[in-house]
Amino acid sequence: MSENENQKVDHHLKSRRTFLKNSGLTVGGIVLGGAVANLLGVNTGGSSEHVHTSPQEPVSYPNEALMFFTMDQYRLTAAAAERIFPKDELGPGAIELNVAIYIDHQLASPWGANVKDYMQGPFYSPDQLQGTQLRLLRKDLFLLGLEGLDKYSNKKFKKNFIELEVNEQDEVLTDFESGEKYKLSGISSSHFFSMLRTLTIEGAYADPLYGGNKEMKGWKMRKYPGSYMSYTNDIQSNSFVEKKPQSLNSHMGH
Amino acid sequence: MSTKLPKVPVVIVGMGWAGGIIASELTKAGLKVVGLERGKARSTQDYSMGHDELRFQHRTELMQDLSKETITSRNNSKTRALPMRHYGTFIVGDGIGGAGSHWNGQTYRFLPYDFEIKTLTEKRYGKNKIKKGYTVQDWGMTYDELEPYYDTFEKMAGISGETVELYGKRSNPYPTGPMLKTPIMEEFEKATKKLGYKPYILPSGNLSENYTNPDGISRSACQYCAYCENFGCEYGAKADPVVTVIPVAKQTGNLDLRTHSNVTKIVNDGQKATGVIYVNTLTGEEFEQPAEVVVIASYVFNNVRLLLNSNLGKPYDPQTGAGAVGKNYAYQISAGGSTLFFDNKEFNLYGGAGALGIEIAEFTGDNFDHTNENFIHGAGIRTTQYGDRPIAVNRVPNGTASWGSEFKKQSIKYANSTFPVKIQGASLPHQQNYLDLDPTYKDAYGMPLLRMTYDYTEQDKEMVKYMSKVTRNIAENIGPDHIETSEEQAPFNVNKDTNTHNTGGVIMGADPQTSAVNSYLQMWDAENVFVAGASAFPHNSCFNPTGTLGALSYRAAEGIIRYMKDGGSLV
Ligand SMILES: Cc1cc2nc3c(=O)[nH]c(=O)nc-3n(C[C@H](O)[C@H](O)[C@H](O)COP(=O)(O)OP(=O)(O)OC[C@H]3O[C@@H](n4cnc5c(N)ncnc54)[C@H](O)[C@@H]3O)c2cc1C
Ligand code: SF4
Repeated sequence: MSENENQKVDHHLKSRRTFLKNSGLTVGGIVLGGAVANLLGVNTGGSSEHVHTSPQEPVSYPNEALMFFTMDQYRLTAAAAERIFPKDELGPGAIELNVAIYIDHQLASPWGANVKDYMQGPFYSPDQLQGTQLRLLRKDLFLLGLEGLDKYSNKKFKKNFIELEVNEQDEVLTDFESGEKYKLSGISSSHFFSMLRTLTIEGAYADPLYGGNKEMKGWKMRKYPGSYMSYTNDIQSNSFVEKKPQSLNSHMGH
Repeated sequence: MSTKLPKVPVVIVGMGWAGGIIASELTKAGLKVVGLERGKARSTQDYSMGHDELRFQHRTELMQDLSKETITSRNNSKTRALPMRHYGTFIVGDGIGGAGSHWNGQTYRFLPYDFEIKTLTEKRYGKNKIKKGYTVQDWGMTYDELEPYYDTFEKMAGISGETVELYGKRSNPYPTGPMLKTPIMEEFEKATKKLGYKPYILPSGNLSENYTNPDGISRSACQYCAYCENFGCEYGAKADPVVTVIPVAKQTGNLDLRTHSNVTKIVNDGQKATGVIYVNTLTGEEFEQPAEVVVIASYVFNNVRLLLNSNLGKPYDPQTGAGAVGKNYAYQISAGGSTLFFDNKEFNLYGGAGALGIEIAEFTGDNFDHTNENFIHGAGIRTTQYGDRPIAVNRVPNGTASWGSEFKKQSIKYANSTFPVKIQGASLPHQQNYLDLDPTYKDAYGMPLLRMTYDYTEQDKEMVKYMSKVTRNIAENIGPDHIETSEEQAPFNVNKDTNTHNTGGVIMGADPQTSAVNSYLQMWDAENVFVAGASAFPHNSCFNPTGTLGALSYRAAEGIIRYMKDGGSLV
């Protein structure tokens, strides 16, 4: 992207920010990324302008859509994930990386329904060392957790989670992490928190095939090359060999 | 009701390294073999999309489906064991090749000391060195007796490495040269040499060069692609039963390989087995497969479970110490390592291989004086480079928040700038660490699950304290900006302590009172049943187990061929 384009995008971001602020569509003080805006039917004009100024073909992301969450659940997930993995000077955060899309797709997958887990009863409560013993499926636990985030935010700050300031959001998440302040239908909120944290890291760094790590930007931040067939020629090098990331898509033989 | 099939000479349960090796040796000798494997067929084709961290490592695509069966665990016999509902530790293999498809390929021999550990320890330190409660015993064979079988295994797999003075004598050098040395390995080498140790490159089942084995199988060299541990190798560079022993067995025309076939019972009269019962996991149909010889090679857990569920052998009793099935379950010690953080140096840690690393031998086995120590045996001290993948490896200095902007900054800052000096410690058996059947939980076929009662012992804790000082010292000599050392062994945690080296439960020995199988892995209590795998180890050494279980499998195959001719006990 040229510097000019950067300015353009910035400009659009600014106008979008104004629009979103006015219509209350910010998430935790962070302006929603393109994906959210598009899904909300917000025409910021950004993408069409982008086509005009960009020499490249426009990229479409047909899998930037939901198979599990409602729009509200999606927005809430995006906001919470952004606090786990925030945008900063190093690069994009969870929202820009489409982490919430990733989470949506994972919860809709067999993994979300614990298909490969041992789910026979009885379910006793474990000691610290025995691993979780939950009858609840991951997808249901996650929804319970989202519901809990809003309930607890309202209890503590009289607002929904996405309307809170970021430091308030962090307080809510910290309380959820500790698991001592709030229970989700009798289940410790720390179960939900740890799933949210893990899914956020996964969504930032899994192959883009799964819907997150948009444009491999998660990998770029940490100079991770993704999937190469061989490093024989680089592995002994005394200096760092930075490689342009490749995803599994490059193995499709086209 | 089960459908009774025609009788065959040999049936093997499980097609990993143990089952695969035995299948290939028997079929080459002209014996007809039925191989029963609960999982699916596999080939290198399965790995064309193999560089997928989420799918293979975190969603454990190649591992046992826990919805069908798992283990239950508890830290001591006073608590209730609960099922491991999703993977934490113990990622168990499944499908043709078993864990041999997604292992790292670190291929060691155990030490001469291991095979005669009780005798040699008492000889050097006296009768009281092995403390009460530790059921340490000799293996019923020596290193020298097993050496030729190690040699065979290494040649079949094409193991790459260099001869180590402090280890047992080798009849031949490794069939292929050592792996490449990377900058972090050089750092370890420099520091350990300065300290007077002799570092060596890890013996590797990731081929360092193109290789053709004695069976005529050609494989190409490792590409250091870094998708190795937990992944299959699309090149066939990693030694895997699927690209070595299984095709050889198939080629003879003597192997009838049946996938999706889960064995639930060994049919027996208490003296001898007559065959096995298995279920087709896709259709639910049940079959009885009669056989003259039954080989159980279904990994440590199911080797024990199948025997117990079939009333074969004498179950171990932790109170009296009598019985051998379920006895001497051991694991591996991994605490005590140091992590090195560099503020201004980046290494190419995205590359690597499952068995790429460098190690010193000076703290293994009895290669150092234990007179003043409260433990016996030891650990390999090493630096490895498997390839740091971004979901799994986010090393941050202690005290860093585990999420949010601080975590993001630090994990990215150190993404290519940390490496470990770690330990792999021996795990000695204790009377209170054992395997039996769970009284409550069952598998998908209605059979009781295996129950593990296990925790780290005083011996382990003492060793970790000692070794943590060694790793710290090496780390300081490497001289990073920041070092973190784990100094204590925490209690066993089934969620966290990921290690795949489970051993014991059907242990070998010279005495039918204290062991379950002889040195041909033939059961004392049923002469036509052979139980192959690391289940035969009376304790676990400070090395990865597969070299030794591979060697034992070759010896078992030889025994089975002899048994088919002569019958009777092989010892
Ligand atoms: C990620 C990982 C890394 C590892 N790295 C190393 C390493 O670097 N070095 C090393 O030495 N070891 C390593 N190991 C351990 C090594 O993989 C095992 O020791 C070895 O593969 C065990 O071989 P096996 O044949 O005994 O068992 P497996 O390979 O587990 O094979 C047993 C087979 O039996 C089948 N089976 C089980 N129950 C039944 C049943 N009831 N009916 C029918 N079939 C059944 C299973 O599906 C499986 O295919 C690693 C393991 C893992 C998981
Ligand atoms: S690191 Fe080497 S042996 Fe391992 S999967 Fe890659 S190419 Fe194969």
